[in-house]
Amino acid sequence: MSPDVFLQHLVNGISLGFIFGLIAIGYTLVYGVVKLVNFAHGDVFMMATFFVFYGFTLFMMPWWLAVIFGVAVTILLGVGIERVAYRPLRDAPRISSLCAAIGMSFLIQNIAVVVFGGRQKSFYVPPSLTTTFVIGGVRIQAITIATIVVSVIVLLLLTFLIKRTKMGLAMRALSVDFDTAKLMGINVNRTIAFTFAIGSALAALSAILWALRYPQIWPFMGVFPGWRAFTAAIIGGIGSIVGALFGGFMLGMVTILLVAFFPEAAGYRDAIIFVLLVVILLVKPTGLFGEKKSR
Amino acid sequence: MDRRMKLILTIVSLLVFILLLWLAENYMDPFIKRIMNVAAIYVILGVSLNLINGFTGQFSLGHAGFMALGAYASALLYMSPALKATNFFIEPLIWPLSEIQIPFFFALLVGGAIAAVAGFAVGAPCLRVGGDYLAIVTYGFAEIIRVILNNLQNITNGPLGLKGLPTYTNLYWSWGWALFTIFFIKKLVDSSYGRALKSIREDEVAAEAMGVNLFKHKTLAFVIGAFFAGIGGGLLGSLLMTIDPNSFNISLTFQIVMIVLLGGLGSITGSVVMGVSIAFLMEFLRFVESPMTVFGLTIPGISGMRMLIFALILVITVIFFRRGLFGQKEFSWDWIFRSKRRNAE
Repeated sequence: MSPDVFLQHLVNGISLGFIFGLIAIGYTLVYGVVKLVNFAHGDVFMMATFFVFYGFTLFMMPWWLAVIFGVAVTILLGVGIERVAYRPLRDAPRISSLCAAIGMSFLIQNIAVVVFGGRQKSFYVPPSLTTTFVIGGVRIQAITIATIVVSVIVLLLLTFLIKRTKMGLAMRALSVDFDTAKLMGINVNRTIAFTFAIGSALAALSAILWALRYPQIWPFMGVFPGWRAFTAAIIGGIGSIVGALFGGFMLGMVTILLVAFFPEAAGYRDAIIFVLLVVILLVKPTGLFGEKKSR
Repeated sequence: MDRRMKLILTIVSLLVFILLLWLAENYMDPFIKRIMNVAAIYVILGVSLNLINGFTGQFSLGHAGFMALGAYASALLYMSPALKATNFFIEPLIWPLSEIQIPFFFALLVGGAIAAVAGFAVGAPCLRVGGDYLAIVTYGFAEIIRVILNNLQNITNGPLGLKGLPTYTNLYWSWGWALFTIFFIKKLVDSSYGRALKSIREDEVAAEAMGVNLFKHKTLAFVIGAFFAGIGGGLLGSLLMTIDPNSFNISLTFQIVMIVLLGGLGSITGSVVMGVSIAFLMEFLRFVESPMTVFGLTIPGISGMRMLIFALILVITVIFFRRGLFGQKEFSWDWIFRSKRRNAE
């Protein structure tokens, strides 16, 4: 394998890693604040692609407007799920909210099957994103570069939001100590709704980037990216944003490099990711960047 | 009411049930018989998942994976060599499997045993972390089994699946296993092991402090649950006559989880009642997927409507009726007669 081809795979891996990282951050943020695995996150991801799809085909929006529309509706969906299914169970035993999350995932998938139909649909890819650049022998698609640029901008915004704004401070406070934060006068409902809004926005953006890369959308498309991103979040240490990003990178690289170097084992890539997950859980249950739990 | 009376009642009702099964097997039309078989399989799956999720409080989403293992392992053992040869036309089946044929009952047992081994393999490392992680890991496990079944062309026939399986499953097999599952898990739950399992559910730290070996009991629940899931999968394969990796997807696990949650986490009675109800509802709700006319409006049939209805019921149950139909209560003769007496007064 020549260095050029290797570099090409590397860039591909980085851009896929960013997509997984963005989804994983959605899981990690929600888990950090409400200590709940948002099983429906992968399905929110799936719904986002359909919102953009219908914004574009049904309402004849220009594609940039369709993207904004898609992200906005996805945020409403994410906040709505929290309001309807998770908030009533916030003080219930953990297993109840886990069941609610699984139920919501099941519900959203089936709503998608009934409303959108079970067949695959092709997602519109603007022609400007399918052009290929050749930089010193390395062939890179425009979408790969766009993914990296969008992700970096989103991550910078997110860092600013969490580190520099009052809402970000409230989120961090809730994730450190829920009860104390409540006593300090933090509006819990608003902060949690905000967390879900950010998580859904990230899911929507990563879903759009994903659909531009693999332009077939269908109701169960969120299952595997969702599961992989959650694995990424666990590997990185759930609750840690840097960890989620790192885990996403790791999975992106594993996925791309495996296909590149061992094409015959490509069918087993999720099995390999699974083994990786189990090993990490055994060796370091809090993940690579996770904080130690005080028991 | 004394114990002997109850025992007699139990035996009598069992005999009546077997008589009904015999009547059904001989005189019922095949459509209803098929639903009754599915109902028995749902009972096996629901009760076995309830042992893990309900009684031990370890939330597993791996049932479809265990079922797939049981279905494939048993099918590969009870199929005749000739049938295997016609199925595997892309790549031949590897040697020892291609020649072996053993009776259905033993094939089922082997299928269950393999599922149990997988239950140990996935349960043992993950039970140390527990909680939400366990749900996600078992969920991943079930998907991985599907991936592996899709890729092992020379053992599982890949995405083509196995077709034309002989129909061994009948009401005696399915309900026989269902009754055995109920009996076994009821006895287990009432034994000292069962108490240990429930103590783990209530408070892990306290249970450990009282000397309950967490690892041993959690893996025990996992292995037994997986074993019965494997049996259920084997029965289902022989009933449907065709199995392929993608029919053991996450939707199947959702259906079983739904049975357990609607029936009540920690109630065998609940899982039995809901298992039977959902098997029948699945068939009788088919009308919502066919075109119909309401007040002069023709609504085209939408496939997937049934599952949407079930998903809605599940979510509403989880949010508003957290305990399900039975909570943690069980059927007993006392309960029946007490409520009768109350009605009479």
